Amino acid sequence: MDFIASYGTMLVLIAAAVGFFMAYGIGANDVANAMGTSVGSKALTIKQAIIIAMIFEFAGAYLAGGEVTSTIRKGIIDASYFTATPDIFVLGMISALFAAGAWLLIASALGWPVSTTHSIIGAIIGFALVAVGTDAVTWSKVGGIVGSWIVTPMLSGIIAYFIFMSSQRLIFDTAEPLKNAKRFVPIYMGLAGFVMSLVTITKGLKHIGIHMGTTEGILLSVAIAVVVAIIGKIVIQRLKYDPKADKEMQFNNVEKVFGVLMILTAACMAFAHGSNDVANAIGPLAAVVGIVANDGVIGAKSELVWWILPLGGIGIVIGLATLGKNVMKTIGEGITHLTPSRGFAAELAAASTVVIASGTGMPISTTQTLVGAVLGVGMARGIGALNLGVIRNIVVSWVITLPIGAFLAIAIFFILRTIFGI
Amino acid sequence: MSGNAFFGVFAKSPIKPIEEHITKVHEASATLMDFFQHVFKKEWQQAEQVRLQIRTLERQADVMKRDIRIQLPRGLFLPVERTDLLELITQQDKIANKAKDIAGRIIGREMDIPSEIQDDFLIYLSRCIDATKQASNAINELDELLETGFRGREVILVEKMLVELDAIEQDTDEMQIKLRRQLREIEGEMNPIDAMFLYKIIEWVGDLADIAERVGARLELMLAR
Repeated sequence: MDFIASYGTMLVLIAAAVGFFMAYGIGANDVANAMGTSVGSKALTIKQAIIIAMIFEFAGAYLAGGEVTSTIRKGIIDASYFTATPDIFVLGMISALFAAGAWLLIASALGWPVSTTHSIIGAIIGFALVAVGTDAVTWSKVGGIVGSWIVTPMLSGIIAYFIFMSSQRLIFDTAEPLKNAKRFVPIYMGLAGFVMSLVTITKGLKHIGIHMGTTEGILLSVAIAVVVAIIGKIVIQRLKYDPKADKEMQFNNVEKVFGVLMILTAACMAFAHGSNDVANAIGPLAAVVGIVANDGVIGAKSELVWWILPLGGIGIVIGLATLGKNVMKTIGEGITHLTPSRGFAAELAAASTVVIASGTGMPISTTQTLVGAVLGVGMARGIGALNLGVIRNIVVSWVITLPIGAFLAIAIFFILRTIFGI
Repeated sequence: MSGNAFFGVFAKSPIKPIEEHITKVHEASATLMDFFQHVFKKEWQQAEQVRLQIRTLERQADVMKRDIRIQLPRGLFLPVERTDLLELITQQDKIANKAKDIAGRIIGREMDIPSEIQDDFLIYLSRCIDATKQASNAINELDELLETGFRGREVILVEKMLVELDAIEQDTDEMQIKLRRQLREIEGEMNPIDAMFLYKIIEWVGDLADIAERVGARLELMLAR
């Protein structure tokens, strides 16, 4: 255990630096995907989107990021194989972080839409394979995670389809769309508020020391949902409508109402993204910190150290504020082919799916889930045109990310081993 | 750094450009009213100016048509059939072409429209332009159709507009028969070649309404799927 004792602080610092860098990369790149639907449909200005993203990414990471972090920290590989060699485990986790970070950097430079989740999980599996062998990987868990990568986009697509169809039935295909929009949009807002607060309350609050029963949690969530709906209703009533902007069907003003809803779903999306993706950056860090803090003893039931989740959250926010702004700008100038009513359906479906996955500790890809949701709305004939070729490229880049993440982690693992001489 | 790889998923929607295209071709056909006013008065220079206007509109419509076709490659996921959209734009474009041909033929021969049929001709022309206007109105509902996912009340609304379009086209058919009969009564007094060409012009003006109806039929097919 000499290695851990002598290099402990340094290892934590390295892991923290790389983890922070990963979080920074997520903030710079991924957040734009999560927020872009709102910006692209002109429901939010870029400035508003960044402010909302900062607040809710951090809140999501801090309040609901714990479950996924613990999956990445100790769910993917069976740490008992490393009891005798905690140093290998620590180096491996750092290699995984380096590998995922490097791959993201390369892919971003080339403009490939890779998933941080896939990179980090591929990387962790990679190092476990060379350090111990196939036994060290908890294949049942990995199978579940990879399965969720297929299931979650489909699920969010189906949810988006039904949310969109419900908005058609309740609002668009009625005699008075505007009146019905004013009536039903607050209910959608309440729904969004309910899902977000339920996951936060049942899964997130224990990290900040508040424990609450399931029933109380549900009741509180309902209360929050009602408050959100009432606030939404007031805001909608205060909107200025332009009766002249309308033909027979009043859709311009209806979209205005949905624009208000989109502010909320954008917040949900940022929250969901923060809750799931922060773990990609800080999960391995948490593993390293856990071992070093226990003087190299693996398996001791350790709580997540308090500063780790905020560190990830801050990393995301800084990445967003510096580089993410530019990415968001290009999106804001780009797409306008998405009206708020469509963007809302896609975002609410994706956010709900992601935040539920976060609650169950499933590390999934936010972008993938959003693509699924967008396709769902497309299936309901709600979007002007989607590029199937681009979707295919996205899927391909996801598939190749796993082996590449693994390969890079293996390479970096051997380099680190040589450097540290173990 | 590029995070917008994901946003490549959203392709440019062809809906708005198609609406703009029909508005343009309708404008070309509507300008014929102005054109014939000058023709009736034998103001050939002014008529030529208006003909140039129509030609410009037709060329602009051509450019728009090409742009729409380019942005509709295979591999797009659209709410309606891609082939339907391509057919629709082809039909729409024929309206502008026909308007250009009519103006061109009249100017080329400096055709004199006999004063006996001028009034009825103008009413007939204006009815045919009503048809292109109605087609343009119906096509301009496409963005509303997209809002409603191409189903429900909005579809019924558009179908009503198309029924109206059919009615206008039938009107023009009857007017055409009447106009030809009138022309037959006076054709003996005319230069035979001029008379032949005037029959042709009457036919072409009627084609405006026919093509407008075909645009409507395309839209209807699109909605029927």
